[in-house]
Formats: sequence, structure tokens, C-alpha cells
Amino acid sequence: MSVETGIAKIETRDLDFYYGPSRALKRVNISCHTNRVTAIIGPSGCGKSTFIRSLNRMNEVVPGTRMEGTILLDGHDIHASDVDVVELRRRVGMVFQKPNPFPKSIFDNIAYGLRINGLKDKRKLENVVERSLRGAALWEEVKDRLGENAFALSGGQQQRLCIARALAVEPEVILFDEPCSAIDPIATAKIEDLIETLEKSYTVVIVTHNMQQAARVSDYTAFMMLGELVEFDVTEKIFTNPANKLTEEYITGRFG
Amino acid sequence: MKQAKRKKIAQFLGFFLLRACLTLVLAILLLFLYDIGRKGGGTISWEFLSQAPRKGMTEGGIFPAIFGTFLVTLITAILAVPLGMCAAIYLNEYARQGRLTRLIRLSIRNLSGVPSIVYGLFGVILFVNIMRFGTSVLSAGLTLGLMTLPWTITASEEALKTVPNSYREGALALGATKWQSIRTNVLPYAVPGMLTGTVLGLARAAGETAPILFTGAAFFLPYLPKSLGDQFMALPYHLYIMATQHHQIEQVRPIAYGTALVLIVLVLGMNMTAVVIRYRLRRKRR
Repeated sequence: MSVETGIAKIETRDLDFYYGPSRALKRVNISCHTNRVTAIIGPSGCGKSTFIRSLNRMNEVVPGTRMEGTILLDGHDIHASDVDVVELRRRVGMVFQKPNPFPKSIFDNIAYGLRINGLKDKRKLENVVERSLRGAALWEEVKDRLGENAFALSGGQQQRLCIARALAVEPEVILFDEPCSAIDPIATAKIEDLIETLEKSYTVVIVTHNMQQAARVSDYTAFMMLGELVEFDVTEKIFTNPANKLTEEYITGRFG
Repeated sequence: MKQAKRKKIAQFLGFFLLRACLTLVLAILLLFLYDIGRKGGGTISWEFLSQAPRKGMTEGGIFPAIFGTFLVTLITAILAVPLGMCAAIYLNEYARQGRLTRLIRLSIRNLSGVPSIVYGLFGVILFVNIMRFGTSVLSAGLTLGLMTLPWTITASEEALKTVPNSYREGALALGATKWQSIRTNVLPYAVPGMLTGTVLGLARAAGETAPILFTGAAFFLPYLPKSLGDQFMALPYHLYIMATQHHQIEQVRPIAYGTALVLIVLVLGMNMTAVVIRYRLRRKRR
């Protein structure tokens, strides 16, 4: 299902996913476009996290899982034999549900992705750290304490640190897996603002169980239920005039 | 009202019982240490620590036994530490978690419960006879190494399990390879725990008698081992002899207590080292 014309940045075709014998995704077709925010909503257990974790092949690290169907990044199959999963994950960054800073200094957290790719030049690292922290709207708050342990930051700051850490390796796509579910409303607002800024330079996909959040930040919304894509359309249409009865019932809060 | 009072009494009794248990355990331990300290303390002197036994082991010191125990523990460590840590990393990080892995893990747990004399006899067969290392400090060290291995593996695996999965996933999501994520984002946080468990295992090995009884420990040697093929004296075996096998058992009693004291201090010292290592590395991490 594609809402926009032109080649999608990410496109899934008949994506199926299994945890052992249980099927978590059923023939899911979604396209995500550059400079657009695509939100995935749906009740708990609908497969939205499974879906987003397929896009950077993070599901592979879970034992006993199996995937069928195709995922294209710039029209190229991400499971093709010439694709290096390590390079794929650099291009498709991810921010997790719970802020997961490493127990290192703020600086070392941001520099982590560059260092594992062999960058040692201190000046360059400093530049990227500053740029990434600015990009994640965290620089002003931490610029005087880059050597402090990242655990000393508040939950909302930690999540922005994780965003900065993802930005540092210059990804093309950023996946957000319920990024605000573990932080307070004020910090949530900051992250939502940030997502709107990131949209200008990246392809953003966000999983959320907060419908208002999807309505606020996204251009397109996909509604999933029980592993199936129920409806995928322009966000405004989904929230004002959904085509499917289930979508309407969900967004009006009749179940969820 | 009545029920509230009953709850309070139950609470008091419960606490009292737990405290009494702890006190009893501590009392036994302290009594034990006090007894050995009192009877062995007088024997300890520079001469006792630095000289070889003389006159049929009724006089002189226990230096060869101290040296032998150090040497054999070193060999144990060289075998058990790297092998155990690597096995644990493989089991916890790389191996597919299935029935086979569970079986292997269960076997390792069981091996740590096998009586040490069984390891001793196994060492005789494998190292002394089949591999022809003879009764030597090498055979004894390898036997102790095998005995320590399950402890090292188990402790290291437990330490790896305490590292949250989000560190691994976070690193992978940034484009780290699996090994990079383990080396830079798992091991640094697991090593304190791994080292602690390992040193505790080594301390236990240093105090063992049965595994070295047939594989390399000597009743008495007038010289220090010159190569890995030589026999050696060891503190636990020396203590065993002085306490039960010596022909003038009453006369050498102080030497036995002195040996026991040195052995206990050595083992406690190793355990304290483990605690210090863990404390230091933990603080560095914060």
C-alpha cells in the first residue's frame, strides 16, 4: 500500500513474521517516504514493534524467529546476500522504548557509533558529538558536563541522548519504538518537537500507542491489529474520516 | 487490636530467629578462626615462612609448601581463567539457546559438584598416565584447573547475564558487529563479576588436597620444584600430613596449626582480593 507516488525509502511487501509457531505479522505492506513521518498505531500486541524491528533486522537477534516477504530500502532488498547487516543498521538507526544509555560518559555514548567504525581523531569526534547533541536539542543542557556519566541525566534527557547517539552515525532512516512510553509529558513534548525537526533531514518511522502523538507528529498513519495492517493513509484522513470501521472504533477509543 | 498484636509478635519472633541463626554462624566461624589463630600464631615467624622443614619435619619452616601452593595455583589459573571465561562468553553470547545448550549448562553445573577426589583420580589417569606428565606440579595444576573450570564458567556466565540486553541491542543498532558489542559494551561491565567468581574458584583450588594427592604433591622435598615436571609440596597436603600422618604427631602440632593459619590467611587474602577487584571496577564504572 503506498499513499505517495515516487520510490519509497522503505517498503515492505507481504511481510510475515513468526515467533516460533505464532504469527506476529500477516502480509504487511507499508511504504515510508523520505522527509515524512510515518506512525504505526494499534493496540498492544498488534505487531507494531515487531514490524519496526524488522526494518533494521533487529528481530534476527531473537532466537526462534522467522520472516517471510520482502523489505526494500531504496528499492534494494535488505536481506539480499550483498547487504551487510552491520552497514544496514548504521543506515537505519533506532531509538528504543526505554532510554538505554550505555554506562559511559555523555561524550563516549555519542562517540560510540563512530569509534566502533574506527574514527579516532579527537577533533572530528568532538565536532560530531556537538553536532549530534545539537541535533537532538540536548547540547545546551549538557555542554558543560560531557564527561559525566549518562546515567546522571533525567529520563527525558537520556532518551534525547539516545537520539543524538543514533544521529551521530549519520543514518538515513530513524526508527522510534514507542520512544515516549517511559518518560514524562514535558519530556515527551520535547521529543515530539524534535521528531518534527528530524523530519526535514531523515525518514522517520514511529511506533506509538499514543494516538494523539501519532496525530501530532506524523504525516502518514498505519493502523494495525492482530498482526494485520487494517488501514494506511494520510494521518489527517485516518483521524477524521477513516475508511475502516475498526480504525474508527480504535481512534474513538472504543477499544485499545 | 488483637490481630495487630499477634502480627507484631510474629514479626519479632521472625526477626529474632533470623538474627539468632546469623549470630550462631558467625560465632562458629569466629571461634574456629580464634582457635587456629591462638594455637598457630605463636609458630609464625620469618623463619617459619622462609625456611624448609628440617629434622624429619619436626623443625624449620614451610616455605616449600607455600611456594608449591603458589606455583600450582598459578598453573590452575592459566588453565581455568582464560578457558572458563571464553567458554562462558560463547555459551551466553553466541550459542543458540536450545536443548543442547541447556544440557551442556546442566552438565557444567553438575561438574562443579563432583567430589574433588574424583577429579584427583581422573587427573592421575589423564595427565599422569595417558599424557605422561608424571606425578608433577604440572599434572596437579591441570587437575585443579579442570576442577575449577565449572566454577569459572558458571560465575562468568552469571556475570554476563547481569549485563542488560539493552546494552547489546543498543550497540548493534548503531552498526556494531556482535563481537564489537560484546567487547566494548558487555565485557567491561561483566569482567568485575567474572574476576570475582574466578578468584573465589582459585581460592578453593588452592586449599584442596584430594586432587593433588596422587597427581604431584610430595610428602617431603628438601628442594623447590625446578621444572613443571617436578613434584612439589603444598600447604593443604602438608597440613594433612602434619595433622594425621607424622610419626611424632604431638611434637609437630604447633607446626600443623601454623600451616593451617598460613593457608587460611592465604585463602582469605585471595577472597579479599576478589572483593577489592569488584569494588574498584564497580566504582570506576559509575
